Amino acid sequence: MVKLTDITKVYLAGDVPVPALRGVNLEIQEGQFLAIMGPSGSGKSTLLNILGCLDKPTSGTYELDGLKVSALDEEQLAVIRNRKIGFVFQSFNLLRRLPAIEQVQLPLLYRKMPDRQRLALQALVDLGLADRLAHRPVQLSGGEQQRVAIARCLVTSPSLILADEPTGALDTATGHDIMRIFERLNVERGITIALVTHEREVAAYAHRIVHLQDGQIVSDELNSSSNRLSTAAEPPVGGGAGSEASTP
Amino acid sequence: MSITDTIRTAFAALAANKLRSSLTMLGIIIGVSAVITLMAVGQGSQKGVTESIRGLGSNLLFIRPGPSQASNVEAAVYGGQALTLVDTDAYAINDPEKFPYVEGVAPQVDFEAALIAAGHNTRTTVIGTTPEYQYVRDFYVGRGQFLSDNDITRKGLVAVLGHRVAETLFGDADPLGKSVRLAVGPGGMITFNFRVIGVMEPKGATTTGDEDDLMFIPLPTMQARIPILRNPQGLSNVFQISVKLRDRNDFDQAKKDIAALLRERHNVKKDDFVILTQTEVANLKAAETEISQTLWAAMAAIAGISLAVGGIGIMNIMLVSVTERTREIGIRKAMGATQGDILMQFLVEALMVTMAGGAIGVILGVSLSTLANGRTILEQSVRADISAVAIILAFGVSAVIGLFFGIYPAYNASRLNPIEALHHE
Repeated sequence: MVKLTDITKVYLAGDVPVPALRGVNLEIQEGQFLAIMGPSGSGKSTLLNILGCLDKPTSGTYELDGLKVSALDEEQLAVIRNRKIGFVFQSFNLLRRLPAIEQVQLPLLYRKMPDRQRLALQALVDLGLADRLAHRPVQLSGGEQQRVAIARCLVTSPSLILADEPTGALDTATGHDIMRIFERLNVERGITIALVTHEREVAAYAHRIVHLQDGQIVSDELNSSSNRLSTAAEPPVGGGAGSEASTP
Repeated sequence: MSITDTIRTAFAALAANKLRSSLTMLGIIIGVSAVITLMAVGQGSQKGVTESIRGLGSNLLFIRPGPSQASNVEAAVYGGQALTLVDTDAYAINDPEKFPYVEGVAPQVDFEAALIAAGHNTRTTVIGTTPEYQYVRDFYVGRGQFLSDNDITRKGLVAVLGHRVAETLFGDADPLGKSVRLAVGPGGMITFNFRVIGVMEPKGATTTGDEDDLMFIPLPTMQARIPILRNPQGLSNVFQISVKLRDRNDFDQAKKDIAALLRERHNVKKDDFVILTQTEVANLKAAETEISQTLWAAMAAIAGISLAVGGIGIMNIMLVSVTERTREIGIRKAMGATQGDILMQFLVEALMVTMAGGAIGVILGVSLSTLANGRTILEQSVRADISAVAIILAFGVSAVIGLFFGIYPAYNASRLNPIEALHHE
């Protein structure tokens, strides 16, 4: 469903061209949970931006669900971001002023959808935030903020979730809680997830781990680590996610 | 994003910064209220002039003493000339055989006097005239009757009161048949008692003054009682002769014929009188009562400058706001906001500030105009007339300012690179 062919990206630092990606070929199957790892400057954020239609490759083609995204213009990319992609950021990127219920409705605003309230409520309840609907970001813990952000990306039923260091601003325990949410979304709803991280423990939740270095994929392997959820030992997403510690 | 959502979002953003939003509005508020007041006062004085011309009656010529040289026309209007007209001039003009286009003639003498009646007193203009006055000036008696031919021949001590004079002196009581004491001369030493026979209909202000603040008495009565009105030849002077014509088209012919008659009667080569049409009189008066150019220019400058400053203030604040909210813009773009969505959001914010400022400005301007209406400001009596056009125009101007000064910041916001915006601190 995601197919990158010979993707390059060159930035200009003043007049000097700086290559960020140098011929990346990558296919992500539907329902796959992919972790992208690599040292800083390896091009993993650039890759994620291109996957998220926030940036356009200098050359190469990007196909998403059979659509040749690399040929689209700015307005069409905005529509793709809205319909197909959900973002989760390291710093949550919630709007300061809005209560959770309105945060989650934000993507739906740009889709002119009726029934926003109900869908947003459902998404928040699914993530165990039923008692946090009217809370603004400052009134929420880091883990809760990230869960609001995940609810916001889920509300549009995206085909691809892109997470950029989603646990980077959280303590270890909360980070694992968030990762277990991703894992369950992947397992139970079959949502494709691409995750950028530099932590092995986080990457261990993925099916497949891709290593980038100097703008190129240097390794691409399936994950055999024990961190994968193999049994339904834990309650489903809608149920017990509230067990997470409220660490600020 | 739908327009209601855009408006809601913009409103929330403005409400989050109440102090800033209201300060931003201030320039627009001042500008719009100045525009409204300015237009109201301008329109008011215009309307005042139009109404006073209409109030004079129709198809009128005014004959006044004085030389007819153009430069001295004004002097003639404002007096200070030797009295050269006499009442017989008026009677000579009122000759249907010679001047078939003349419908009526009314000579008049007017002076200031004190009136005392029923324990009240007031000062007013007393006009000595003839029964024809009401037809000539198109100004009729409301209650009782006007001066009659009989009052003229027997030089009766009868008076017809202006609407307001009657009210001032008698209040709700019926003035008909009551006595009014009139005092003239230094210290009001000469007094006469007049019997009230009528009260004029209410009329309001015209170019010749407030027509409700008058009292009419028979011209011969006045001439007989007040000696200064008699000239060395023993004839009685009048201050003005009003001539009503049947048709407006006869103005030129009438002016020529009457001038010839008066030159012959006065036996002069150089005119010692001036004949003005009612429009000429009104224009002279209008120039005097109109709001002065300087005041007008000052107000227009204030309005223009504060609108421009208000607009620049809005642009400035919007630019700051876009910078402050760069990250928000990035988030919205990541969530699927198009460039058009972002442009609209910031444009609508700017529009809401200016339109709200416009609305407050309109309310303020209307209040100011209402307050100023009828008052004397800087020795000018102000008349303010608020029109729907002015209000719509002021709204339109504030919307245009919002668009003009809001488009650049909004465009900047819409063009932000989402990745850079997301990483903005």
